[in-house]
Amino acid sequence: MTEPAAFTVADFHGSPRRVRKERAIRTVLFGAAMTSIVVSALIVLSLVGEAWTFVSQVELAALWTDGWFPRRGMYDVKTLFVGSLIVTVIAMLVAVPLGLGAAIYLSEYAPSAVRKTLKPALEILAGIPSVVLGFFALSFLSPEIVQRLRDDATQFNIAAAGLGVGILTIPLVASISEDAMRSVPSALREASYGLGARKITTTVRVVIPAAVSGLVAACIVAVSRAIGETMVVFIAAGATGGSLFSTDPFGPGQTMTAAIASQAAGTDQVRGAGLTFQSLFFVALLLFLVTLVLNVVASRFVRRVRQAY
Amino acid sequence: MPDPTTTTTEAPVTDPTSATPGLHLDVRGSTPGGATVFDVRDTSVYYGDFRAVRDVNLTVKQHQITAFIGPSGCGKSTMLRCFNRMNDLIDTARVEGQISYHGVDLYDPAVNPVEVRRRIGMVFQKPNPFPKSIYENVAYGPKVAGAKGDMDEIVERALRGAALWDEVKDRLKESGMSLSGGQQQRLCIARAIATDPEVLLMDEPCSALDPIATGRIEDLMLEIKQQFTIIIVTHNMQQAARVSDRTAFFTTEVNEESDHRTGMLVEFAETDKIFSNPDDERTENYVTGRFG
Amino acid sequence: MALTTPAGYSGTIVPDQVRRQLTGKRSDIAGRAFLALIISALTASVVILVVLVYDMVQLGEPILTGRLGDFLTGSLRSQPEASGVLQGLRGTFFIGVFTVVFAFPLGIGAAIYMEEYAHETRLTRFIDLSIRNLAGVPSVVYGILGLAIFVKALGDITGPEAQGRSVISAGLTLSVLVLPIVIITAAEALRAVPDSLREAGFGVGATRWEVTRDHVLSYAAPGILTGTVLALARALGEAAPLILVGAVTGFLSGGTSFSLETLDDRFTAMPIVITTWAGRPGADWEQATAAAIVVLLVVVLAANTFAILLRNHYEKKRG
Repeated sequence: MTEPAAFTVADFHGSPRRVRKERAIRTVLFGAAMTSIVVSALIVLSLVGEAWTFVSQVELAALWTDGWFPRRGMYDVKTLFVGSLIVTVIAMLVAVPLGLGAAIYLSEYAPSAVRKTLKPALEILAGIPSVVLGFFALSFLSPEIVQRLRDDATQFNIAAAGLGVGILTIPLVASISEDAMRSVPSALREASYGLGARKITTTVRVVIPAAVSGLVAACIVAVSRAIGETMVVFIAAGATGGSLFSTDPFGPGQTMTAAIASQAAGTDQVRGAGLTFQSLFFVALLLFLVTLVLNVVASRFVRRVRQAY
Repeated sequence: MPDPTTTTTEAPVTDPTSATPGLHLDVRGSTPGGATVFDVRDTSVYYGDFRAVRDVNLTVKQHQITAFIGPSGCGKSTMLRCFNRMNDLIDTARVEGQISYHGVDLYDPAVNPVEVRRRIGMVFQKPNPFPKSIYENVAYGPKVAGAKGDMDEIVERALRGAALWDEVKDRLKESGMSLSGGQQQRLCIARAIATDPEVLLMDEPCSALDPIATGRIEDLMLEIKQQFTIIIVTHNMQQAARVSDRTAFFTTEVNEESDHRTGMLVEFAETDKIFSNPDDERTENYVTGRFG
Repeated sequence: MALTTPAGYSGTIVPDQVRRQLTGKRSDIAGRAFLALIISALTASVVILVVLVYDMVQLGEPILTGRLGDFLTGSLRSQPEASGVLQGLRGTFFIGVFTVVFAFPLGIGAAIYMEEYAHETRLTRFIDLSIRNLAGVPSVVYGILGLAIFVKALGDITGPEAQGRSVISAGLTLSVLVLPIVIITAAEALRAVPDSLREAGFGVGATRWEVTRDHVLSYAAPGILTGTVLALARALGEAAPLILVGAVTGFLSGGTSFSLETLDDRFTAMPIVITTWAGRPGADWEQATAAAIVVLLVVVLAANTFAILLRNHYEKKRG
């Protein structure tokens, strides 16, 4: 009987083909993951080049004029800021109460049958494209709601756009808030009930405070989304050519986002006085920075929720 | 009404002639109880169709510590949670039979569970302080019950009652979750007694704690039983023998066909009887460690 | 603290007194009002959804019931009653194809790398950060990216005759837009796969790719599929990037062919058609817009509902 061959290290190398294949696949997958960095870099590159051209060449006086009329060389950025701000505030007045209320009900009160039918309704609302909401704002919200509130409101007005953006954002607030509340351990609820607290007391004084970081994150993400929303304003707020500085929500207005789109949509080529084309990139860079900061802050809050439990 | 001057003491367990051989538990003399607080008659608890525990009959007397012991899954915690209507929180739970509290049927439809829980407090197995300050944790119960009066004093009294005051009096604003496990559990006890309940239900309060912390809580229980009536569920037989006046031993019976385990009460008597001279063989097997 | 059974009281306690206390008088008005408030928040949201869909269907009904066939196969015209959305459907179709071809493999591959292969390094954390940041970037900024890179810089590849303003550019731009969503949802699905499954695979001597391909992916498939379908629905509904990339907003002389040769011509898509028509005055254009919206909604909501049902079904099965 022959002795069994002794093992050496080489026996554990494995077939070279298999090893090579494994390594190749890993490299491909790594490349896929790196695209996210590439894309981020490209975004920054695309923005910064032309934005810098704008910033270095624009006259300071042009940045403080009566309104945002890029083709005429009037680049009053605060018009756009104020427009974005008003839309966002109105949107949050709608989205936060409705989204938060719905989340509290779904998380703490709803019987499971109700939850199973109504939660998908919110998810479906989340899937509605913004152009649909833009048209809805123009054709329904403006005449039926805004103009009923104020007779002298124009057909295209910021308020209707704000309502539209708010509706768009409800599902986002609801889903992040609900996640935050559901992750509060039930042991805390039990402790509260055990002390003789009613349901509203437990919800308001134990669950919500425990989930507060997540709720704040939900609001910040919602604000970021509202600021970044383009089409609702583009369709319903009616300032495609340019817009005077205005704080009146019942008249037309312009936001940073819709200003960018308006410019590109105007003619076949983005042409106008001197820096018209570059102003687009400048505004886009501002927009990018604002939403970036908001998102980073929001994710800090989300991480705080995760750490607590 | 039993004469409070007589104390019932049996011969200590080390007497080999009357004691169960091999059992060396240090059983204290028990104190006689006052009035009957709970009277449980023919009570079963169901989760849907599944009967978790059946046919329980026992009484709980004032100012005594009553222990529920038995192997896992025999329905001790389920039974405990009936006393403060915590089972209401589970959709499928159902209680049949009668549980009366000072003569009032606890499950009478007119009874408000919230009111029940203000008079019957609970300490849970795993310490669960709120993510609030120590002060806020203790003050929560009284505030929610609408207590007027000096909250600082209420908090201090409760923390002293839980033997935690000296350790935390300088850091009441710190988070309750910054305390050690044993301290957190004493905080939960303080929180429970802050509402001045009559009864304290304790569901394996020491099982998540180390022996030293456990010892401190056991000492605490013996101190505060003059003020409260305590029912404790415990896995730890020695603990039951150390602290309780009366003990209820539960076991599981397996339904051969459905393989369901239903809990049942086997024997309920003075603690020293259960541990030295139980009537039922199953009790004897459990307390001597032959099974369990 | 006056609970009526003062501690330490050992006398007889009268049942009537206890009964009176336990059958508490509080009618919990605050609790009921609170419940009413939050239920109305949820109902309001649902009602809004219903009103929206109903309004669109009702506005567009004459076209949807009257001349649906012509509407779906016709081209953009200057008269509303003769206009159709075929060109929009074509553009949307191709955008969908591009998303599936580019965003899905790239996104799923990235997710697999991050969840199955990557070690905790600074680079990995940076990639993770990039992905999460990209998910929050406004769609119009992606449009700028598309304009700068796909239209201007790569214009000769994406559409030499149309200065790069082709559906190719649009498709690529939207693929990049939904890429973070695909990665994040796929990663979540992969994370939900129990480690014991992987250990079983490694235990019999499989390589990491083999374990992933043969075991992990099939377990995570429903979750990944759900995520990708949601991403696709998102891509089909976006308009702002299309505007930036040069979708035609007026009359488009061609663009009805589904053949590949036309990919590098000027194009339009459903969301752009809707946007353009929405801005035109008159009841007839309103009708046309609503009808176009219904068509788009059918596609997008069908995809969303499919994804949700799929996820619920598998969540139920897994238990």
